[in-house]
Amino acid sequence: MKAKFIIPLLLFVVLVGFLAVGLNRDPREVPSPLINKPAPAFKVPQLADPNKSFSPEDLKGQVWILNVWASWCVACREEHPMLVELGKSQVAPLIGLDYKDKRADAMEMLARQGNPYNLSAMDNDGRVGINYGVYGVPETYVIDKAGIIRFKQIGPITKDVLDKSIYPLITQLNKA
Amino acid sequence: MFKKILSSLLLASLVSIAYADEALPLASDPALEQRLISISEEMRCLVCQNESLSGSRSELAQDLRREIRDLIRQGKTDAEIRTFMVDRYGDFILYRPPVKPTTWLLWIGPFVLMIAGIMALLMYLRRRNSQVNSVALSDDENKRIDALLREDK
Repeated sequence: MKAKFIIPLLLFVVLVGFLAVGLNRDPREVPSPLINKPAPAFKVPQLADPNKSFSPEDLKGQVWILNVWASWCVACREEHPMLVELGKSQVAPLIGLDYKDKRADAMEMLARQGNPYNLSAMDNDGRVGINYGVYGVPETYVIDKAGIIRFKQIGPITKDVLDKSIYPLITQLNKA
Repeated sequence: MFKKILSSLLLASLVSIAYADEALPLASDPALEQRLISISEEMRCLVCQNESLSGSRSELAQDLRREIRDLIRQGKTDAEIRTFMVDRYGDFILYRPPVKPTTWLLWIGPFVLMIAGIMALLMYLRRRNSQVNSVALSDDENKRIDALLREDK
C-alpha cells in the first residue's frame, strides 16, 4: 500500500531533478565537436601589417591561445581586462582573430583599449570563424604543441575561467 | 503636413529598396536556392536558436548559407554538406538528432515509457478483475430480472 504513494513521489523528485539541472544549464553553450581535434589550418593577413600573413603552422611546437574578437562586439570589451592580464602573464602566445571587422575600427579599438595580443589576424569574410565553429564572439581556444584544440571558451573569459581552466591547462600542456 | 507626407513616402521607398536588395540571390539560380533551403531548413541557427538556418537573418546564418551555396556549387552531396556543418558546430545544429549511442535514450526512451505504461495498465486491470467476485444469481433473482426487462419493453 505504501509503495503506491512512494513511487509517484520518487518519479516526481526525479523529474524535478532533471528540470533543475536543465534550468541551470546555459542553452547558448553548445559543446564544440572540435575539442581534441586538430586546429583547422588557415592563412590570413595580419591586422597590423596586411602584407604579412599568419597561419597556425607558425606556432607549431608551442602551446598558444586563439582569441576571436571584433571591435563591434560588446562582450569583447567586457573581456578585455582579462585578455590584458593573460597577455601580461606570458604563459603562452596570445593570438587574436579579428572576426568580420573593419581594419580601421579594429586598429582604433586596440589603440584605445590597449593591445593584449602578440599579433592579430584578420578574418574578413568569417570563413576561418566557420571552420573553428565560431558562433558567438568572443570565443577563445587553447591549442597544444601538436596543434590540437584542447579547450574552448564560448563568451567572455572571466577571472574564474582564467584561474580554474586556462592557466592550469596551459601549465599542464607546457609540461607535456 | 505636406512635408510629413513627403518624408514618409521617401522612407517607404527606402524600405522597398532594402527588400529588393535582399531578394536578389533567389533569382540567380532557383535550383541551387531550392537545395539551399531544403538543407538549411533542417538546421538550427546557433545565434538565434529558435530559428532555422534557412529563416534567420543573423549574420552568421547568412555566412553559413553562403558557405552551403559554395559547397553546392562544388558538387557536394547533401550528406557531405551536413557532415561539414556537424564537424564544425556539432549535432546540435541538426534539428533531427542522429541515432547513436549517446542519443539512444532520446530515441528509444519514449517507447520504453509507453511500453512500461501499457504494462502497468494491464497489470492493474488484471488485478482489478481478479478482485471482483462474480456472484451466481439464484433462480428467484433471475426471474425478477426477466420480469423487469419485460416491463421495460
